[in-house]
Amino acid sequence: MSVLTKQPPGAAPAAAAAGGKPRIRPSRRKKQRSGYLFLLPWFLGMLFTVIPFFASLYLAFTDYNLFTEPNFVGLANFQAMFEDPRLLQSLKVTFIYTFVSVPISLAVALLVALVLNRGLQGLSIYRSVYYLPSLLGGSVAIVMLWRYIFGNDGIVNGFLGLFGIQGPAWVTDPQFSLSTLIVLNVWTFGSPMVIFLAGLRQVPGMYYEAASIDGASRWRQFRSITLPLISPIIFFNLIMQLIGSFQTFTQGYVMSGGTGGPADSTLFYNLYLYQKGFTEFEMGYASAMAWLLLMIIAIFTAINFIASKFWVFYDN
Amino acid sequence: MALLDLPLKRKLAKQEQPEDALTGTPVSRFSRHLILCLVGLVMLYPLLWLVSSSMKPSNDIFRQLGLWPENWDFSNYAQGWTALDQPFHVYLINSMIVVIFSIIGNIFSCALAAYAFARMEFTGRKLFFALMLGTLMLPGHVLLVPQYIIFSQLGWLDTYLPLIVPNFMATNAFFIFLMVQFMKSLPKELDDAAQIDGCGPFRTFIRVILPLCVPAMATTAIFTFISTWNEFFGPLLYIQNQDLYTVPLALRAFMDSEGQSMWGPMFAMSVVSIAPIIGFFIAGQKYLINGIATTGLK
Repeated sequence: MSVLTKQPPGAAPAAAAAGGKPRIRPSRRKKQRSGYLFLLPWFLGMLFTVIPFFASLYLAFTDYNLFTEPNFVGLANFQAMFEDPRLLQSLKVTFIYTFVSVPISLAVALLVALVLNRGLQGLSIYRSVYYLPSLLGGSVAIVMLWRYIFGNDGIVNGFLGLFGIQGPAWVTDPQFSLSTLIVLNVWTFGSPMVIFLAGLRQVPGMYYEAASIDGASRWRQFRSITLPLISPIIFFNLIMQLIGSFQTFTQGYVMSGGTGGPADSTLFYNLYLYQKGFTEFEMGYASAMAWLLLMIIAIFTAINFIASKFWVFYDN
Repeated sequence: MALLDLPLKRKLAKQEQPEDALTGTPVSRFSRHLILCLVGLVMLYPLLWLVSSSMKPSNDIFRQLGLWPENWDFSNYAQGWTALDQPFHVYLINSMIVVIFSIIGNIFSCALAAYAFARMEFTGRKLFFALMLGTLMLPGHVLLVPQYIIFSQLGWLDTYLPLIVPNFMATNAFFIFLMVQFMKSLPKELDDAAQIDGCGPFRTFIRVILPLCVPAMATTAIFTFISTWNEFFGPLLYIQNQDLYTVPLALRAFMDSEGQSMWGPMFAMSVVSIAPIIGFFIAGQKYLINGIATTGLK
């Protein structure tokens, strides 16, 4: 998260001064109090986050079902998870979805941002057009639309038919159903693209001038100037996209009418969690699932942070 | 690292654009535009097809790939409006209620918290700030079951309170972060001047900082609008009563009752449901694009 926490020098509170606590003058005490006062809603919100956080950790080790008192069952939920074929299937679906669609959408986003950054006329129009889908990608209306676009006689197959190709039954064939949602996710490349664009704007033009005087090719300039300088932004986009994609729900739910079908091929992890917790009311199990997801996300984020030491370049 | 300083640096950076920006032969420039236009068309095609299909008789929808309806049929809108238990404007109003209160809650609670983080000195500020950023990465489903239990104990199921009240408690760290960034870019002398003139922290906040934060608040409002309007999971969980359905739930109800004859009306109501988002997008583009460039918000 270092991308986000940088503070301007001198912003550190004076309290960090060497030695023990500085004496708090009356005006400062007043200031302290009003600081907490401003944070009052946030403190309430934190209570409402921290308590459920630990409560769900506890519930993960129980057989809670909403109607009877929870009984402590130790690791039984976690044990059951690893023998639950649907859970493993939901992990598989989520992983495939994430590891296919995130790299593709980031690559497309970067590519388009690079083209747009070359000072084209009408930049803002292109940017808006490409960005719009990312506001809609999670809406029920668009996922429903996707069902029909990829339907047996939807426009995708209609288009393929123009070339004499008989398209598959995208939505109802378990082999293809997830790929329609991957396409949907790539369709929303606009938001990382805008972030890339903002980053590209900060690369000082003189670097390129110097490089081209030295005879560096376009590709070489991209490799040696652009890529290192925007690597923090690639990193940031990667983390946020991964976290978001692991938590996909609406797409799977709407595409399959809530079942995760056909043949569990769109059973996203969070969709299965919802089914377990709120249609079967196995809330202990659902809590355990939530914690497994938290751990998976934490592990991937940690791996990313460690790996970033080798490829992310920080200017200062 | 650079992400933070964006709004300030942007103007500067614009002038530092590579000099060759507009060079390239006219042919290469033209082909670049051509490719970009084609990509844009492919991206917009599904949306355009949706709009055009909503104006075709249901039987025509899948027979025509083209966008221009051969037979115009606006009855889809009238039919869709009344196809569910309630006329569709009831669902629109329901969604609006949730959206408006969510916006109010987010703006006030996040601005208060942001001011404390950006401008005030108190013990634990850094710790709290780190905690706040930590919640950015916390998957919401971890809190789901206990929060559901709390809401049901409070008797809030089948009300909008579970969807609205958390927004009054600054639970959306993104917006706090956005506003902190914005407030840090305001000159600190403003606060000092207000203080010398005898303003306490609260009056400084209301009279000096808030009026200057209108762009950040606009960004918050638009993003809250869009995410709340699209929100499916929360309403799915907490709203069972059909009369209280928000728009996404109403659309799902369409899907459940699908039949060939319903395509047209369903597409018509889909258009109605995304029209406000597109409207807000067009009206608030500037704030949206600046907003994501600053925070990486989706």
